[in-house]
Amino acid sequence: MGRIVLEKVSKSFGETEVIPALDLTIDDGEFCVFVGPSGCGKSTLLRLIAGLEDVTNGKILIDGEDATSVPPAKRGLAMVFQSYALYPHMSVRKNIAFPLRMAKFDQAEQDKRVAQAAEVLNLTDYLDRRPGQLSGGQRQRVAIGRAIVREPAAFLFDEPLSNLDAALRVGMRLEISELHKRLTTTMVYVTHDQVEAMTMADKIVVLRAGNIEQVGSPLELYRTPRNLFVAGFIGSPKMNLINGSIAAKHNAATIGIRPEHISVSSDAGDWPGKVGVSEHLGSDTFFHVTCEGITDPITVRVGGEVDLHYGDTVFLTPASDHLHKFDDKGLRVE
Amino acid sequence: MATQHSRAAARLMISPAVLLLLCWMLIPLGLTIYFSFLRFNLIMPSGNEMVIGVFGHGLRVPGPEDFSGWENFYWFVTDPSFQAAIINTLVLVGGVLFITVIGGTLFALLLDQPMWGQGIVRILVIAPFFVMPTVSGLVWKNMFMNPVNGIFAHLAIGLGLEPFDFFSQAPLASIIWIVSWQWLPFATLILLTALQSLDQEQLEAAEMDGANWINRFFFVMLPHLARAITVVILIQTIFLLSIFAEILVTTNGGPGTATTNLTYLIYVSSLLQFDVGMGSAGGVIAIILANIVAIFLMRMIGKNLDA
Repeated sequence: MGRIVLEKVSKSFGETEVIPALDLTIDDGEFCVFVGPSGCGKSTLLRLIAGLEDVTNGKILIDGEDATSVPPAKRGLAMVFQSYALYPHMSVRKNIAFPLRMAKFDQAEQDKRVAQAAEVLNLTDYLDRRPGQLSGGQRQRVAIGRAIVREPAAFLFDEPLSNLDAALRVGMRLEISELHKRLTTTMVYVTHDQVEAMTMADKIVVLRAGNIEQVGSPLELYRTPRNLFVAGFIGSPKMNLINGSIAAKHNAATIGIRPEHISVSSDAGDWPGKVGVSEHLGSDTFFHVTCEGITDPITVRVGGEVDLHYGDTVFLTPASDHLHKFDDKGLRVE
Repeated sequence: MATQHSRAAARLMISPAVLLLLCWMLIPLGLTIYFSFLRFNLIMPSGNEMVIGVFGHGLRVPGPEDFSGWENFYWFVTDPSFQAAIINTLVLVGGVLFITVIGGTLFALLLDQPMWGQGIVRILVIAPFFVMPTVSGLVWKNMFMNPVNGIFAHLAIGLGLEPFDFFSQAPLASIIWIVSWQWLPFATLILLTALQSLDQEQLEAAEMDGANWINRFFFVMLPHLARAITVVILIQTIFLLSIFAEILVTTNGGPGTATTNLTYLIYVSSLLQFDVGMGSAGGVIAIILANIVAIFLMRMIGKNLDA
């Protein structure tokens, strides 16, 4: 069980309000990702849930019980930190067993649970090493192991993959997703990387300056971003945002179109332009096209390899059913 | 990258420093060892003196005819004060280390807390380290521990108690206290910086793992401090083995031999009894003792220094 409800939770450091009052429900067994640019208060929000920071106002309910003033250890949550925060002088075995030892489990139970966790995380061969002798990915797994053994109501992850190299990050992303499928425990995951958010989440919470901008499943956010910020933040490469006379033609202050929803033709289309820099990824090619009357170059995705070169003239046509319209306040209009 | 050429240049360039250091160490060491085997008493010259120096000026040293074998060592070691001096030296070093390491850790924990006026408090805590040993010895002797004028005596009288005469009733403990007061800032400073280098996330992780503050201290902070504590113990031991000024200005090694440590005993033999040979023999014994202590220390706690 692990249903976390935030009711009118706010946080101020002195005079500065970091998180204005917000409501949020994280259902049992859900993989919920907090995503936003750095400094948006997502880590603070996680630390409020963990109990490492005091809530200024509002209530935090865990499984229906008021946990607002419950100390962190008693909330039944386990946290994986950005720096892993392993105890460097203890072996992997002792690191993983530490929460059990603090909870005064007997030795046999400790050994059993550590062995189980090590089995799940492929750490059995490393149990007697020190954290300093492990690679980044292994340390990450030890930190997760230390969280698993307590059988918590929910896992809290604070940017756990940001210290890993790109290849390892993809691997760990899969491992954590798989772990979630296997354990079906609630997970709350903080990241600034929208790719992580899109690939792992059941529910994404987009934050900006402490405010929740939108909550929804990854595809909801992708298909119907509620405002310009979410539209620009979710999706890679970013959505093209166009204002001015072209937007006015569609009765909106700003229109947005994703790179994958634009078709390219060499003889006819809505927006004539010149090809600028192109990025060839093999499976896809991204062209940056400078169009007349549009200030920023438009990013266009074309499948496979296309024979277009710097300076070529092309015509772009947006798919009208994928056009996002926003009013002058930045809110979505249907 | 070090090339053959740059390595040779490096050797050439550090050689003056190395040579100077060698002379600095080896000449006094050599002379001490040489004197320790001579019958060399300033008030009983043997008439065989030769002068080490230039133009007739320099040190008057007994000649090889005054070679006395192990006699200086024999008399130094069998002197009844010697055993007392060894015990006092070890108690002094051990006592001060005990107080400064435990006290320093507690002070560091306290100073690590966020509080108003942190900067000034930290400077005040470090202040005793800047007071020279003779001055602090005299201040403690005359202003605090004096049985007539001292603050402690006044306090005791104010409470209707008999004033305690620190230097006659608990002489060694008083010296230990004074020296601890001087060295506490050093320990505090090193341990405080070590404590500040502790990753806060580790403490938070321990908190999430259900460790209360006692467990957090013993399982997270103390292991992190182990290396700093080792450094404190090693450095302090080197200096504490040669405590001298505090004893000279307060108790003069007394009453009896109650506060005579090895350094003070060497001073007594060579400068009060004018027996340079005997004093040198004491010096050699002190060197050996310091090395024994160093070996034990390195065996016991040196492994903490391995990265």
